[in-house]
Amino acid sequence: MRFNINPSSAEPIYAQITRQAREAVARGTLRAGDQLPTVRELALELVINPNTIAAAYREMERIGLVHTRRGRGTFVAEIQSPASPGERRHHLQKHVDALLTEATLLGLSEEETLDAVRTVAGKYLLRETKKNG
Amino acid sequence: MGEYVIEAHGLTKYFGSEKVVDTLELAVPRGTVYGFLGRNGAGKTTTIRMLLGLLHATRGHCALLGCDSEELTPPIKARIGYLAEGHHLISWMNIGKHAEFLRSYYKAWDQTWFNDTIERFGLDPKKKITSLLLIMDDPTLGLDPVVRYDVLESIVTMIQKESCTVFFSSHNLADVERVADRIGIIEAGVLRSDCPLTTFKDSVRRVRCLFRNGQRPELALPGLLRVSWLQNEACVTLARFEEHRLDELKALGADEVEILDASLEELFIDYTTPLSGRK
Repeated sequence: MRFNINPSSAEPIYAQITRQAREAVARGTLRAGDQLPTVRELALELVINPNTIAAAYREMERIGLVHTRRGRGTFVAEIQSPASPGERRHHLQKHVDALLTEATLLGLSEEETLDAVRTVAGKYLLRETKKNG
Repeated sequence: MGEYVIEAHGLTKYFGSEKVVDTLELAVPRGTVYGFLGRNGAGKTTTIRMLLGLLHATRGHCALLGCDSEELTPPIKARIGYLAEGHHLISWMNIGKHAEFLRSYYKAWDQTWFNDTIERFGLDPKKKITSLLLIMDDPTLGLDPVVRYDVLESIVTMIQKESCTVFFSSHNLADVERVADRIGIIEAGVLRSDCPLTTFKDSVRRVRCLFRNGQRPELALPGLLRVSWLQNEACVTLARFEEHRLDELKALGADEVEILDASLEELFIDYTTPLSGRK
């Protein structure tokens, strides 16, 4: 995958890398089991201090996005979702609010908004709906 | 050689009666990329020149690679690269690369003459001047973006491949944010900050505070660097920030407090501009 780093941004560089990796996992650009470049390779590619890259990898590991096998490398993990549906809803809520704020101020209807979500949903690896639950 | 590649203890320099560098303490660990920041006239170049033994310290002392700066021996000097301000001699490039680089500056570059010259002096264009420590005074000043990027790339390559230490001053804080892992900020000769870049960004923070009742209380907090008001919102920059300091702001009547991400450039400006000097 390609990272696009803006060092002048208020968002810290390690956070930019982590965010973009999450987006790539969500869209399936990065799949479970894919190997990420080594810290060294990515540092040279992005022209970023290797310690910053290492910090991004540590953060990705902390949030369960990747796992590191000693001496083997860093690999994308299976998507981990919180066990309870309530917790999942709770995490999503503020993002839903942000989306609905935009939609409302753009003057969209509920149908148009849901339609916009459905149109792009196919680009994401959303879990398939389980029957009866 | 000790753990530190660059050391300074009580380093002080007077020009006449003017104190230009004031009891500076510095200890730069091996493998660090150190961004040395400060406004013009803060004492960056004077410090760098003392580190290299090019200028006598009035008081205190400093050492490079464990050797006193005023007594650097030729074998030690051979392991130190120095790029003076305004001199675009990129010492970590090999000779061929360097020529490639210089060529772009000169319309009348004569490659044949260059080839003859290096042959005459028996220089190997692949030969690199390897150094353990590279000190650069504003290396990217006046470079076009492509060449500047080349310089940054070389810094990242070098610290990975040759476990070098790089110490450089710069006004381009996006560059510093890219490649440095430790920064120092010098102001009026005093080193006010010397820590890992991430520590600096965690300890100097901008906080947005909303005061719904529209009153603007006096925000005289310890470590206050800057306050700017827009309607009923204050953007407050605090040094020595910790999470619990949000409570202090709430205690002053803030209804909402939110930590804002800020770039190194924004924080540097807040950090080095005195409160009284602002509108």
